[in-house]
Amino acid sequence: MKDSFKILSPCGILGYGFPDESFERGLEMHPDAIVVDAGSTDAGPHKLGAGVAIVSRLACKKDLRRLILGGWKLGIPVIIGSAGGSGGRVHVEWTLSIIDEIVKEDHLEKMKQAIVWADIPKDAIKESMGKGEVVPLGTNVPPLTEQVLDETTAVVAQMGIEPILEALDTGAQLIICGRAYDPSPFAAIGVKNGFPLALSYHMGKVLECGALCCDPGTTKDCMMGELYKDHYDVYPTNKERKCSPVSVAAHTFYEKDHPYLLHGPGIVQDLSQCTFKAVNDHRVSVYGSKIEPSDGYWIKLEGARLKAYRTFVIAGVRDPLLIAKIGEVESLVKQSVEKQYEEIDKDLYKISFINYGINGVMGDLEPLKDLPHEVGVLFEVVAKSQELASAICASLRSTFMHYGYEGRKATAGNLAFPFAPSDVEFGKVFEFSVYHLMKVSDPCSFFPVEVRK
Amino acid sequence: MTRLVDLAKVLRSKNSGPFQITLDVLFDDRAKYERVKNSGIITKETVAKAYHLGLDDITGIVFFDPAMGVKITYNRKISSGTCFDRDVYGAQQHAPLMEFLVP
Repeated sequence: MKDSFKILSPCGILGYGFPDESFERGLEMHPDAIVVDAGSTDAGPHKLGAGVAIVSRLACKKDLRRLILGGWKLGIPVIIGSAGGSGGRVHVEWTLSIIDEIVKEDHLEKMKQAIVWADIPKDAIKESMGKGEVVPLGTNVPPLTEQVLDETTAVVAQMGIEPILEALDTGAQLIICGRAYDPSPFAAIGVKNGFPLALSYHMGKVLECGALCCDPGTTKDCMMGELYKDHYDVYPTNKERKCSPVSVAAHTFYEKDHPYLLHGPGIVQDLSQCTFKAVNDHRVSVYGSKIEPSDGYWIKLEGARLKAYRTFVIAGVRDPLLIAKIGEVESLVKQSVEKQYEEIDKDLYKISFINYGINGVMGDLEPLKDLPHEVGVLFEVVAKSQELASAICASLRSTFMHYGYEGRKATAGNLAFPFAPSDVEFGKVFEFSVYHLMKVSDPCSFFPVEVRK
Repeated sequence: MTRLVDLAKVLRSKNSGPFQITLDVLFDDRAKYERVKNSGIITKETVAKAYHLGLDDITGIVFFDPAMGVKITYNRKISSGTCFDRDVYGAQQHAPLMEFLVP
């Protein structure tokens, strides 16, 4: 068995890109595996609900080709986590179609591939719900009902290391995982090669964001991780970046609800006793990562459902008389439109205004009350159908444009539209309808491994 | 009194899953970190006041000495990216925290 094991993480999200020089330099250091995370829920529920990717096909192919050719040249495995962004069947198939093009164009037919699917059948979820083994992940997550589940497009779950270990056992050189806990693909290959679970998971947590733990930090550059028996090292392959004990320690804060207790599938990482030591100005050693099995093996379910259709308008207001009472005018405009459509049930649509320059970003949470000389107004209508959203929004726009509020001097129009036409049909709006933990008896049962021909 | 933003190296907000936002304040100087930690100005009460939240909306405030940072996590009123959300990534919710005054 090797004394150390090197994993090259090219970037924080497959398709975000990375410099050729950094990647080549990484390959020259002879990594034992290339692992990349492709997933995120950051961009909202639309990707999962609508079955689309986070990155463009062009960007994904450009990155994938370099990873696959690099791995093939060195004879090392390449693992992709949360393929296609959300990691559902449609997202994995999108990734596979790109891989098939690369295989054909670069004559890689001999490369063995395995897929780990992460789609959870609704019947299985309902069965678990009946046993009380599906719980919301957070105090403000709405309860899951059978109706909500039926309305949900598709449900994925974040896999742990176990199904990925199974895929590695097939001898595949390219492993395409559906939705995975971000560190899992990194942790799996470390564990497969005999390194401790705690270090493998913690190193995976750092590497899955690419070079984000560096100074300057970015998801668009390469990071190397080296596992040892009692610690791990991380360092950027780009000489322009540095990483320090503080920058690596601080990274454990990133987009998690707790700085040192991290919950994953079947595990809880405890990083409270970690020590971070500088080896030099671009390399850090980490000791003391701990891990415990969680109380029961729970997988995180994610699902999105269609909520409404949206039509919106962006306009500017420069008139100080209007700016002084813009909230009041907006509410009068809204009332007027609701009256114009009295025959339509008010539950079928909703009108909303965002006033950039006043409280556009924070809404009711905005503590400052100063008024600017100019306001960007975004108004939208969300409704049960696109047709209804657009009809109401058109009336909202014309009513707002010409509304004769008290004290008005500018009787020709209230809004400056940057575009013609002014109304934009956005399409479907989704919401996260499933964000729950589900108890499983076997960590592999919902994540079947399929070897591709 | 010094503004928190003037003592911090990093002061940011970000999604922690679709239903929560997490605020991180990180320092590059142990004395500054200890000053803020010991001042007691970051509590559920002060954060709730600055962000117009109920105390129950704040699910955690944790100081982590090895990383010289504090993390504050609170529930979103509207989950990320659905109707009437204003900040899908939650990346611009940190400004009120910048203005906290540290004795």
